[in-house]
Amino acid sequence: MSALRVQVEGVGVWSPSLTDFEALRRLLAGEALSEPATRPNAAALSLNERRRAPESVLVAIEVASQALAMSGRVADNLACVFASAYGDQATTDYMCRVLARAPTELSPTRFHNSVHNASAGYWTIATDCRAPSSAVCAGHASFGAGLLEAAAQACADHRAVLLVCSDTVGVGPLGELIQCRLAFGCALILSPYTNAGMPGIALTPVVDAPRHASLPAVCTTWMRDNPSAACLPLLAMLVRGDDECVLAASERLGLRVHMETTA
Amino acid sequence: MRASILPLAVTAYTATSALGLGLDAHLDALKQQRSGLRSNDFGDNPLACWIGRVSGLETTTLPAEYAQWDCRNNRLAWLGLNQDDFLARVHTARQRYGATRIALLLGTSTASIRATEEGYRRLENDSQLPADLRRQAIHTPHSLTAFVAAALDIGGPCLTISTACSSSAKVFAGAERLIRLGIVDAAVVGGVDSLCDSVLYGFNALELVSPEPCRPFDAGRRGISIGEAAGFALLERVDADTETHLRLLGCGESSDAHHMSTPDPEGIGAELALRDVLDRAGIDVSQVDYINLHGTASQKNDAMEATLVARLFPASTRVSSTKGLTGHTLGAAGIVEAAITLLALHEGFVPGNAGAVTPDPACTAHFAWQNEFRPMQIALSHSFGFGGSNACLAFARASTGSDV
Repeated sequence: MSALRVQVEGVGVWSPSLTDFEALRRLLAGEALSEPATRPNAAALSLNERRRAPESVLVAIEVASQALAMSGRVADNLACVFASAYGDQATTDYMCRVLARAPTELSPTRFHNSVHNASAGYWTIATDCRAPSSAVCAGHASFGAGLLEAAAQACADHRAVLLVCSDTVGVGPLGELIQCRLAFGCALILSPYTNAGMPGIALTPVVDAPRHASLPAVCTTWMRDNPSAACLPLLAMLVRGDDECVLAASERLGLRVHMETTA
Repeated sequence: MRASILPLAVTAYTATSALGLGLDAHLDALKQQRSGLRSNDFGDNPLACWIGRVSGLETTTLPAEYAQWDCRNNRLAWLGLNQDDFLARVHTARQRYGATRIALLLGTSTASIRATEEGYRRLENDSQLPADLRRQAIHTPHSLTAFVAAALDIGGPCLTISTACSSSAKVFAGAERLIRLGIVDAAVVGGVDSLCDSVLYGFNALELVSPEPCRPFDAGRRGISIGEAAGFALLERVDADTETHLRLLGCGESSDAHHMSTPDPEGIGAELALRDVLDRAGIDVSQVDYINLHGTASQKNDAMEATLVARLFPASTRVSSTKGLTGHTLGAAGIVEAAITLLALHEGFVPGNAGAVTPDPACTAHFAWQNEFRPMQIALSHSFGFGGSNACLAFARASTGSDV
């Protein structure tokens, strides 16, 4: 199959023990993790919106802002793809509890926060972005499928695209079934590969199973506990220059990610 | 910056909604202007409103090998897949291209959330979903796409797009990109949303649900009527088409950057999506024969959209909403209205704007209040969703033996 070649202009990552890309560099260099943070800053949101927005949105906005800052781009013309395996599980738990008990008491704000594109909505409103925005999922393969979608947008329309993939901790009976035990989000800003000194990756759909170079044990735990942490093999490649990895892009399809060598 | 898009052939399509199962039922209801809305009879203590319900889902069964995905939404998907020979058409495409060379992109806003709602009504020990619903496959927004990928044996990229009411319009854009880039040779697109308490009580909390059958673009409209539906289409390169002569000319996308649950009254984002699709399709407003409007019967959408039509199009462009017949099928609205738009092109008729009695004064001479029969070549479909997510699709009927 043909490869999509994109360059990575910016990276963001947030989890309580991994609050930015520098923290991942330190972890991969063998340093100890810092004390867990409780809540992402999500400074791109106004104070009022930060109060109204659920945690899932705060994580997504935080990583998007980090990647944007690294890229030096402005957000108002940047297409965006927000991926999440489960959306806002806390809001889903709230909705299902209220609907079971007293459905007419449902909060209108929490209902509009329940849409899978809530993060995309908050982000485009906060950054005055009228470019195309999307919200996608593909189960445990949500990061790989979202990466393919974002890279396809970048290559098909010759534009930069923000990809965010994030999931939060499950709560209630739904959380008990799904077993998502930690908040984790990542973001990439991708554009068509130009060999201009930025790390480049070539993406090829393959029928192979996921595989990657060895990662610290804590990364493996995060990948078990949050589907969005499936980005870690790729983020580690960007830090260490590993040659390639294969991410899950669907139940049956893999996405081979190969580092382009700069000429 | 704009990459030009080759037209794609829509080689098969189907829709299932309150109007019935498959295209013939839809065409018949459209020609008769027969609404599928009924007084809400969904659930134990139904809200006083009208719904577009698909009959027979309670007794629809999935083949045993798909038991883990059994729920109302996936039954509706299965019912939809079994109309208009769609399964056989996908089978032929799979044999032609191979399973990994076909993509699947489906839109849904709530997927199988109704199963999660039911689980919470029947919790065991107040803490666990009941045993019959302890199935991870249905408590995820990807439930629909995972099920359909298995049912169609599709091995290429599989993606759920969930951008509220634009979901199953945006799937066309994603599929077009994958085919244009050579990642796949064909794509199944579509969408399914089914009735559930989340949307009935959620839109009720926002005071957007009409107590009477919805009346899009009526001066006295009182809100939406929620419906459920399934629809699918098979997209291939033009040279694969020997039959339908129906084309996807382009997809336009934009964001409002305005508000989470109301459209920008100026319609700036909607206009950007429209200009995007016209640009990609390489057409001018004067070439647009018909637009199937988003037309939800909410105060704000219809006011914005009527103004948008008046601002951009000549009166030769006919417009109407068909949600007075189907209800607002949310994440499935894009594909159902794409199917209606394709039927209109194929049959050469403009479906009348159902449900309106006294047109809103903002509505101009573009509105087709009754069915109109006329040959048409190019038609658009509008889909605008929560979070300010806008998508516009352009379809064409190619003259026999030539490509548009």
